Amino acid sequence: MEQYLLFNSQDFPILSTLILMPLAGAIVCLFIRNETFLKLWGLAVTMTTMALSLPLYFLFDQTSDKYQFAELGQWIPALKLDYVVGVDGISLPLVLLTTCLMPLCILCSWSQIKARLAEFVFVLLIMESAMLGVFISLNTVLFYIFWEGMLIPMYLLIAVWGGPRRDYASIKFFLYTFVGSVFLLIALIVLYVRSGSFFIPDFMHLHYPFNIQLMNFVCCAITFAIKIPMYPFHTWLPAAHVEAPTAGSVILASVLLKMGGYGFLRFCLPIAPQASLYCAPVIIAMSLAAIVIGGYLALGQTDVKKLIAYSSVAHMGFVTLGIFLFSMQGVKGAILQMVNHGITTGALFICIGMIYERTHSRELEVNKALGILMPAYVTFLGIFSLSSFGFPGTNGFVGEFMVLAAAFSKYILVGAIAVPGAVLAAAYMLRMLQKMVWADSDGHHHDCHDGSDDHRVLSDINPREWFILAVLAIFVFWLGFKPGLVLDIMDASVRHLLIHVGG
Amino acid sequence: MLPEIALITMSLAFFAATLAKTGHDLLERGALVLALGVLAASLATYGTSGLFFFKAYKIDAFSQTFKILIALGLFLILWMGAGFRGVNRKFQPEYYMLLALSCLGLFVMISAVELVSIIIGLEIASYTIYVIIPLRRQPHQREPLEASIKYVFFGGSATGISLYGLSYMYGLGHSTYLADLGRVMPGLLASQPLAVIGLVMLLCALFFKLALFPMHFWMPDVFVGAAHETTCLVATLPKIGAMALLVRLVAMAGQDAPQLCLILSIIATLSMFVGNLSALNQHDIKRMLAYSSIAHAGYMMVGIVSLNQLGLSSAIYYLCGYLFMNIACFMVLYNLSPEGENLTFESLHGLYRRSPLLAAVLAVGAMGLSGIPPTIGFTGKFMIFSAALQKSYYWLVGLAVLNVCISAFYYLRLVRAAYSSVEESDGRICLSVPSAVLGMVMIAAIILSGIFPQDFFRLTLKAVLSVL
Repeated sequence: MEQYLLFNSQDFPILSTLILMPLAGAIVCLFIRNETFLKLWGLAVTMTTMALSLPLYFLFDQTSDKYQFAELGQWIPALKLDYVVGVDGISLPLVLLTTCLMPLCILCSWSQIKARLAEFVFVLLIMESAMLGVFISLNTVLFYIFWEGMLIPMYLLIAVWGGPRRDYASIKFFLYTFVGSVFLLIALIVLYVRSGSFFIPDFMHLHYPFNIQLMNFVCCAITFAIKIPMYPFHTWLPAAHVEAPTAGSVILASVLLKMGGYGFLRFCLPIAPQASLYCAPVIIAMSLAAIVIGGYLALGQTDVKKLIAYSSVAHMGFVTLGIFLFSMQGVKGAILQMVNHGITTGALFICIGMIYERTHSRELEVNKALGILMPAYVTFLGIFSLSSFGFPGTNGFVGEFMVLAAAFSKYILVGAIAVPGAVLAAAYMLRMLQKMVWADSDGHHHDCHDGSDDHRVLSDINPREWFILAVLAIFVFWLGFKPGLVLDIMDASVRHLLIHVGG
Repeated sequence: MLPEIALITMSLAFFAATLAKTGHDLLERGALVLALGVLAASLATYGTSGLFFFKAYKIDAFSQTFKILIALGLFLILWMGAGFRGVNRKFQPEYYMLLALSCLGLFVMISAVELVSIIIGLEIASYTIYVIIPLRRQPHQREPLEASIKYVFFGGSATGISLYGLSYMYGLGHSTYLADLGRVMPGLLASQPLAVIGLVMLLCALFFKLALFPMHFWMPDVFVGAAHETTCLVATLPKIGAMALLVRLVAMAGQDAPQLCLILSIIATLSMFVGNLSALNQHDIKRMLAYSSIAHAGYMMVGIVSLNQLGLSSAIYYLCGYLFMNIACFMVLYNLSPEGENLTFESLHGLYRRSPLLAAVLAVGAMGLSGIPPTIGFTGKFMIFSAALQKSYYWLVGLAVLNVCISAFYYLRLVRAAYSSVEESDGRICLSVPSAVLGMVMIAAIILSGIFPQDFFRLTLKAVLSVL
């Protein structure tokens, strides 16, 4: 077992602390009564977690494909079940994404959540713990526990603090994801029965007969396809996104969806390489469907949050497309696209949250012509929209470009179908931007000094919101001009994975 | 023999109390103290072993483990029923006496290794519960009486079928001692179809107590008709006793008994489906819990079907978890109904505002029952499915997993009802300190025993090893 792990030199259990710190913070915040102190406490805990995760980036050994900062402990000796955690090049970007986004989530809910704030911060911190646990656990049972452990907090997040149709949306989310998880449970138990071990890296090095691989791949793929979500299983996403509070939408879009992609890379590809190669055409077809149909669906939306939700479906279509092209460029592009999508879509949801706080509506018709009233806000909105459809210079460009290049180099037809999807992204984003920033539908421009019929008093963004959006914008451009920051980390692990898959 | 003596003492004490006129508080505290005594006695005699009464009564790790479980269950139920609101106050001493006698019957049932003694224990346990079911707050109501009549008739016919099966076993095995039967059973099961039928019929009384298909019809009506404390009792303690007996009898069959396992798998599958599908439509919470109880018995049967060490011990582990989760749910129901009345989902609305602790207890209990990590419900199901997959029961596990998905829906409805807000809700529920402590203990028990199951599991493994 130890040959796949690289223990860190400092002897400080940094990964376990990353999980336990938000958990401890969550329990403490149940006893805090003062509202401001609660928010500050949540901010403090998430920022400490973020600070703790930064050394992971700087001390990461980019040449090794082993699992670093690993920790090994006894858990259930009767089943030979150990507590193992570790990060490699694939999970590290996602861990950093999670820890860096959580403080922003707390910040963006500062004035939005009025009722039951203590439980809200509690749920957010528990979710952070569970999300980090999913990315760093190297033991299938631990992975499953964290995976399922996210369901109830997310359900509560939507059901208690959500919009008008939150009952429907939360139940749909819960049941869809729960059914998917149960398939994962079957796959994991069958793996245990066949190999006698729960340790994830072990599975990469065992060879299974093809029908077991196929069964395993199908079960895992159903789970992750529901989570990502891929085309036929995506209907829970618009409902959940629309009804969730801003922080909930950000977590859902930025992190939860990535777990599906991570699951493909961690479970489906290493354990069932031949089955993955065999099923790749189906998955690629579903990805293309997601890209194109998601784009069309987004084009027709009037509710901004639903528009971004469908755009998420389309973007994650690029991710699965990249993964199942089985080339270095494709997989690295897919992972980078995951990180970028997390940043960009998270930012877009935060923007929408801000405008919702002001106008109390998410409809495009109500939130139009904001350019005159809120110039700083629409600047940021514009930046993130450009990034969303992959404008060069922003982070969205690099991921999409790499996936498209990989698609073209492998199958020209696939690339040819995916490119209109990228164009559609531009179409719906610019449509949204045009409506929200400049004009209304009949081209009539609002002029402030002619006593216009626009009597809205909308304040521009305040310093807290400036800070959130500025940080995200910095990341957009930084990763846009220097994607190597993320791409270099994942190099060794992705190479190792692809050698194993042999595509 | 210490736990049995403690129980006899308890029943004699309450018998004396029925003749005297003692205050309610004294009775309640006396019951708690004596139950604690029984629990202490069971824990103290854990390591002992011996054979009594002409080798008909065996004390080993297996029996003592189950006695600890039952004593713990008794104590928790008495703790939960503080205030004694659901049952007619006039009959309080009789209630406690019959409870103690029922547990005594269960102890006899668990420790007996001779078929007739087992039936005697079974009957002692059953008759006492027949009597306490109609004892509800408002006398002469139709529902409790209907519930008790159903229980009596069903229980009686189940025992009748069992005796018939016993006669077959005696005829084929030439002995009523389980040790002798265990030697010849694997061969008989393979060669004589009558042996399989006999064993299954013998198990019918146990299917009745566990509420497995097709002996489950009594459960919803009894749950609805009886008081909350009695329902909790019926849902947990007889099941523990029946499971002990089931494991003992099925372990006789050896490692491989295809026909028996086929019948048991069919029973398990049908129980799960009947339970889960019927529970989807219920409005009354206790009725829903009854149907879900049928489904859980099905899951436990999946563990037993695998007939290996992991399977049997995981079934026992799951049962223990089921005890905790049941007590959690019934505790909430008990505290929510001041008159001891039955509750629907509407009564749960706004619970988080009225009592956050009760809402949390209900949520954790529902999460555990539906099998969401990190609760004991998940760990138990995980181990049961692992055991079944080890014996390649792919279809069975697939259907069980499908049932887990179905069950998620109605358990989620419980959580949703508790956490939904309502404009005008009834006043705050003030929980007495013992009840609040019990709530927190239950939450901790459900979650911690799910995350750290080693010690528990070692206990159940040791117990099963002494039987196999």
